[in-house]
Amino acid sequence: MLTKRIIPCLDIKEGRTVKGVNFVELRDAGDPVELAKIYSDEGADELVFLDITATVDKRKTLAELVTKVAKAINIPFTVGGGISTIEDVKVLLNAGADKISINSSAVKNPQIINDMAAEFGSQCVVVAIDTRNVDGIDFVHTHGGRKATLLKTQEWAQEVCDRGAGEILLTSMDHDGTKAGFSNELLAEISSALSIPVIASGGAGTMTHFKDVFTFGKADAALAASIFHFKEIGIPELKSYLSDSEISIRK
Amino acid sequence: MTEDGRPKTEERHFGLPSSVSRLLNMKIAVIKYNSGNVQSVLYALERLGVNAELTDDPEVIRAADKVIFPGQGEASTAMRYLKERKLDQLISDIKQPFLGVCLGLQLLCEHSEENDTECLGIFPVKVNRFVPENSQEFKVPHVGWNELENLANNPLLKDLPAEPFVYYVHSFYAELSDYTIAQTHYIHDFSGILHRDNYYAIQAHPEKSGLVGEKLLSNFLCI
Repeated sequence: MLTKRIIPCLDIKEGRTVKGVNFVELRDAGDPVELAKIYSDEGADELVFLDITATVDKRKTLAELVTKVAKAINIPFTVGGGISTIEDVKVLLNAGADKISINSSAVKNPQIINDMAAEFGSQCVVVAIDTRNVDGIDFVHTHGGRKATLLKTQEWAQEVCDRGAGEILLTSMDHDGTKAGFSNELLAEISSALSIPVIASGGAGTMTHFKDVFTFGKADAALAASIFHFKEIGIPELKSYLSDSEISIRK
Repeated sequence: MTEDGRPKTEERHFGLPSSVSRLLNMKIAVIKYNSGNVQSVLYALERLGVNAELTDDPEVIRAADKVIFPGQGEASTAMRYLKERKLDQLISDIKQPFLGVCLGLQLLCEHSEENDTECLGIFPVKVNRFVPENSQEFKVPHVGWNELENLANNPLLKDLPAEPFVYYVHSFYAELSDYTIAQTHYIHDFSGILHRDNYYAIQAHPEKSGLVGEKLLSNFLCI
């Protein structure tokens, strides 16, 4: 049976993990390679790297880091942040990334989804959507959630699917950082409407939230950052909890 | 027995065989063609302590001890590329242990529904597109970790857990056949791993399938 995926996300700035981590095993809490290795060994199903610097001159550093991580871990990983051209994708895939994630650049130029899917295959194109509810309507936001667009989230999700995205990473800005649970209603609506997998992000605080996002939210995967970094929830205990709750999970 | 006639030494569970030196000297060719993500296969082999050469040079491929045929991408484009470089004939004639991965498995089959492509025909098996009756329950591509079931007694599957999880990303699948040595269920049962003579093929990505994937690769290196 296909299992639900648990995906830790590392925010990378100039080659280091930011947001702080407190892994006792780590000699250096900021080293993304060590952290990636720990998550991989603990049973994470995938990893996401989000480069929050993502300026042109820092891209080379990112590619070198991607190579180090790809050599160290034996699970899939996705790299996102500031990717806007076929050439950007080529560099990261050659460095060892398995998938790339695009966000603002897809909103700006939706054709890039078609182009990347045609060039590299849908399976490696993840489109990240940041969404916020404004007066009862869900709108796509860009630039880390700061900039509002006129795109309705459900319509944009359908469009990126039609354009050939392989997966959608849906982050609810309303839930992100609250630790009050994922946006299950919106997730369920989008996941039910689409023929591609949806990764839920934003709001994870307890193990029950993960169970809820897989049942009520109909998510195919759930992503979280700080609760894993701060060891509030360990991946092995989360997975055995989910398994006991009859969620299909890789052990 | 190994190909040079010496008996195989004991292997550690989920690890390299103790006869590491034999593996270190082994020549492994990874076939270079227009497919994505070859890099992760090379890194996985590197983690196992062996060096592989990414090549489309027929001489190097013929001289290798083991050949790996990775792949991600679209079937008809890949087949056209292989034919232009006469790699299709080379693959069909190869005598040493040969491992197709993902699209590599599909190209070793007879025909793929992906753009109605005639493939290499090593396995007389058809490759079809997943068509879910209920798209809420079953999405395409099949992405994520799923179990290998009904494992045959085969050197490639030596010392694996009973129903190991492997990582899949694909929209097309090979039907079950007499050559299926492990199957997976998604929408319906399909061939997870195929074996015929010196040809092995895995639909999942062993290079991304954790310890199980490493075991599959190291088992292949020991064949």
